[in-house]
Amino acid sequence: MALVRLRGPLKALAGGAELPVEGATVAELLRALEGAQPALQGWILDERGRIRRHINVFVNGEKGGEDTAIGSDDRVDVLPAISGGAA
Amino acid sequence: MTELLVGTKKGLFVLEGSPGDGFEVTARAFAGEPVEYAMRDPRTNRILAGVISPFYGPKLFVTEDPNGEWEQAKGVALPEGGDEALERIWVIVPGEADGVLYAGGDPGVLFKTTDGGLTWELVRSLFEHPTRPDWTPGGGGLCLHSIAPWPGEPDKLALALSAVGVWLTDDGGETWRHGNKGLGARYLPEEKQEETLALCVHDLQRAPKRPERLFIQFHGGVYRSDDAGETWTAVGEGLPSDFGFPLVVDPADPDSAYVIPLKADMDRVTPEGHVRVYETRDAGETWAPRGDGLPAEHAYLTVLREAFDRRGEGEALELYFGATSGDVFASPDAGATWSSAATHLPPVYSVRTA
Repeated sequence: MALVRLRGPLKALAGGAELPVEGATVAELLRALEGAQPALQGWILDERGRIRRHINVFVNGEKGGEDTAIGSDDRVDVLPAISGGAA
Repeated sequence: MTELLVGTKKGLFVLEGSPGDGFEVTARAFAGEPVEYAMRDPRTNRILAGVISPFYGPKLFVTEDPNGEWEQAKGVALPEGGDEALERIWVIVPGEADGVLYAGGDPGVLFKTTDGGLTWELVRSLFEHPTRPDWTPGGGGLCLHSIAPWPGEPDKLALALSAVGVWLTDDGGETWRHGNKGLGARYLPEEKQEETLALCVHDLQRAPKRPERLFIQFHGGVYRSDDAGETWTAVGEGLPSDFGFPLVVDPADPDSAYVIPLKADMDRVTPEGHVRVYETRDAGETWAPRGDGLPAEHAYLTVLREAFDRRGEGEALELYFGATSGDVFASPDAGATWSSAATHLPPVYSVRTA
């Protein structure tokens, strides 16, 4: 299983910073994460199933999207994007 | 003692005090996150706040103690797998039945709760209305910002959306009809003004003691309806500008309304750098400025649609409004005199009294 790493409120909602999650793509993995941790529902993916605009997902350090393939040893970081901040 | 819930670009601020003695900040919640709207339901003592995280999306939270724990309400979302996502929560209003509240949001959606705000359901009859493909957003998005229950009649509601006009239901939201006759869209060619759905209502308020009377602050125009929102008459003559966002009524007086004119259309600040609230006590026949104590020189404020509220009524009517400058102003005497309730807050999105 891939290892999902969370920060900030996502970490608090999931009850931990690192969670093993199954999924063949980023979208599948994030949906599985929501299924295992219902408090996260709506926080990373919107109702359309899209990654929220100001959330970035990195797979082994490289920026990924919903369709990025995930391997069983991959590390997936879910991070707030700098673009979402406001002065 | 008056409690003010002030939603800002950088969190919720709770102020307590009175217009004569001043206010102090007693709580701040959701630091750094936009709080579009917050209100306290007097029936349950719960505070409900719409928090619009740019990272994590819009959420509705509930608490009885703004310095304590907040619980995320369930169900404030659009159907999964659809083409749209909830963008914003604009307004939360108690309904007439026990436990019922309504919330309006972008994209032009209405939610209802029957348990005081912990769980919500999308009102599908409006979400799936056959005219929805023709709905046009205003500058602030496709916002459902005004919800006016009918006192003692839980099934009757009037809504206003920007820019999809007024919507009326008499059957608890099973069916909806427009209430747009007489509204004039000056921002469209004359040929299109009568037939258009693109009616940019900025705020709608009902007179509780004469519920068939409503007032609208329009995108250019102030209007009154005496037939429950079916038809509208322009009553903005005499104002320095008939553009503005919020509107408040004195519950004791169906002939009353208060507006805060802004310079139309691009500028959207208080005209001539002079902050004034305008009052009518004859249903819009005449308007009088109420600005004693408000900034009168070089004060170019913008007051947004949810940032004006009242407490009490009649001779005890208190008025409060906040501006994007971070100022909040208070009047203990129906607008006759004003003083500062707060300065240096983040840009104010909403002000609600409790």
